[in-house]
Amino acid sequence: MIGLSQYLILSALLFCIGFIGAVAKRNAIAVLMGVELMLNAVNLNLVAFDRFGSHAAPLGQAFAVFIIAVAAAEVAVGLAIILTLYRRRASTTVDDLDALKG
Amino acid sequence: MIMIPSAIALVAAPLAAFVLIACATRKAPTLSALIAVLAVGASLGLSIGNLVGVIGGSMTGGAPGAFSGTHAALPWLSIPSVGRFRGLELAMGVLVDPLSATMCVIVSLVAFLVTVYSLGYMKGDPGFSRYFAYLSLFAFSMLGLVVADNYFQTFVFWELVGLSSYLLIGFWFEKPSAADASRKAFVTNRWADFGFLTGILVLFSVFGTFDFGQLSTALSGARGSAMLAVIAGLIFVGPLGKSAQFPFHVWLPDAMEGPTPVSALIHAATMVAAGVYLIARGFILFASVPAVMETMAYIGGFTALFAASIALVQTDIKRILAYSTLSQLGYMFMALGVGSMSAGMFHLTTHAFFKALLFLGAGSVIHATGEQDIFKMGGLGGKMKITAATFVIGALALSGVFPLAGFWSKDDILFASLGSGHVGLYALGLGVAFMTAFYMFRLIFTAFGGRAAERLHAHESGPAMTIPLLILAALTIIAGLTGSPWFKSAFGFSFGSFIFFGEPEASRLDLLTAGISTAMAAGGIALAWVVYGRKIVKAERLAAAFGPLYRLLQRKFYVDEIYGWIFSKVMLLVGVIFDWIDHTIIDGFFDGAGAAARATGRKLRLTQSGRLQAYALIIFAAIVIAVVVISTGLLGGTLN
Repeated sequence: MIGLSQYLILSALLFCIGFIGAVAKRNAIAVLMGVELMLNAVNLNLVAFDRFGSHAAPLGQAFAVFIIAVAAAEVAVGLAIILTLYRRRASTTVDDLDALKG
Repeated sequence: MIMIPSAIALVAAPLAAFVLIACATRKAPTLSALIAVLAVGASLGLSIGNLVGVIGGSMTGGAPGAFSGTHAALPWLSIPSVGRFRGLELAMGVLVDPLSATMCVIVSLVAFLVTVYSLGYMKGDPGFSRYFAYLSLFAFSMLGLVVADNYFQTFVFWELVGLSSYLLIGFWFEKPSAADASRKAFVTNRWADFGFLTGILVLFSVFGTFDFGQLSTALSGARGSAMLAVIAGLIFVGPLGKSAQFPFHVWLPDAMEGPTPVSALIHAATMVAAGVYLIARGFILFASVPAVMETMAYIGGFTALFAASIALVQTDIKRILAYSTLSQLGYMFMALGVGSMSAGMFHLTTHAFFKALLFLGAGSVIHATGEQDIFKMGGLGGKMKITAATFVIGALALSGVFPLAGFWSKDDILFASLGSGHVGLYALGLGVAFMTAFYMFRLIFTAFGGRAAERLHAHESGPAMTIPLLILAALTIIAGLTGSPWFKSAFGFSFGSFIFFGEPEASRLDLLTAGISTAMAAGGIALAWVVYGRKIVKAERLAAAFGPLYRLLQRKFYVDEIYGWIFSKVMLLVGVIFDWIDHTIIDGFFDGAGAAARATGRKLRLTQSGRLQAYALIIFAAIVIAVVVISTGLLGGTLN
């Protein structure tokens, strides 16, 4: 029987994988992919709570749809930034992006 | 009352002259002088009108002892009270009563004669216009001080008097000695004025008013309180400086660097008179604190003796007169201190006339000969008859010879000090009278008598200078009579009973005192004649006989040297200590605070690595910690 807990465990695993990808990968595109994984983990949570929760209105699904749309926009902007960076610096390694160093 | 507008006008006229000369007529010396003479003359006319009015009014109306004055005031600055913080009410007013009316006449009369005299004395000086502008400013300041109806206004004009004396003493500022003297006068007075200012501030904080009239009622309830003693003591420091009493006397002899008519003005009617006038004006305050009165009497007596002894050995004609002023001011303080305000004011009045006369006479001599050392003069009596005759009258008055002005006022003071039980001061006063007669006639026998010095081409001065001398000589002869018993029997009042609004003081002729003081004066004159007139006893042998004492006097008791030492050593050491504290402790504290912030920043900077993923890790870790804390009941969380 697959219940809420199984969904939440899957979502947590997905989030952790995404987080490790976002903080540990060198390649900016891989970082972006990690962020996407984290967003989808959240989506999974929302939909699961919507399905197993007691609330009548499908609020969780609505949130998930919004997040998918926003994530698409985020990917577009993120890829554009990475592309510009690559053109200027010929590199997509995030360790090189340390202009804010104190 | 017509007196109030005329009192305002008599103060405003010299101010208008000052502004006019400073702004418009500086390029036209003759016009400037004319404006100054007219303005001060107008003040004189108005003052006399007021005095006549006050005499008439005070004689017809009111019981004896009633405050027969009139005053008007306008609010000048008003700060309302907020909560427990008391507000401030400053008023500018005019007070006309016998005291101020008399003083106005003295000030404007002497100022007028000095201004006229200066027409001759200052002729051809490149700063002619500037001189008359300053002179007008000086007259304005002093008249404003005299008519002031509250302590605050008095203080404002008090400082103006200080400023204008600074300008006039340093009139020939290109001479380093004159510039130094003006600075010395100003700084010495600042020390004393600080006491005065502190005093009136304490006065205001206790009584809530500066007004003389309101204070006189408020004071009667506060008699004997410790605060009153503090106030009187602090305010008393101001007159000590302005009237050049020990230990603030050092500026006055040096003030001789100014033009001689200015010396006459400072010594006779303005500046030094301001101190005595302030004490007379606030007499109710001072009289209610016996300790201050005693101090005043003894400081006065000491200064009288101290200055007279220095005057014995001076050779500069103006310095002799300067020390005699110190000595006479000491008499006035003595009179005020033993409780006789009228005797003090009477001596101030008569002294104003004969001291102005003496200074203007000395100016005439200096103008004619270009010489100030009396031992380089000689035989001037034959060449400058008017100057010599008026000078002798002034010297006789100063020595206290019957029936000249000084006789009456000096005897008043001596009698008052005897009457109040100050036998020591009485004897001291008699001794000073002897010394006064001696040093004045030492001057006269040396400068005006004897053989003429050949290289001096002395000549009598012009009418602008001799006419003021003659007027002052006439006043010197008659002014004293206002305090004589004959005047009282003829008119029903005398100087003392007129000026003092408390119980009228009888002016008597105490025959014993009169006899002794006349004998003292005669003795002094005779001794001077023996030593300097006939030269029976050689002055050099006297000097040799009293060697150490003579040197001590000649060096003016080393007071200047002591002050010099205090300022160059003690004050400098204190300054070095404060400098060290400032640079090491205070600067150290603030520099340390800055350095600590900088060092912390340098360390904290290292946390900003610029690695975005590290930032993200920290943010996520923080969120996890926050969630754990919030959701765990054990740690005080609420989500359960």
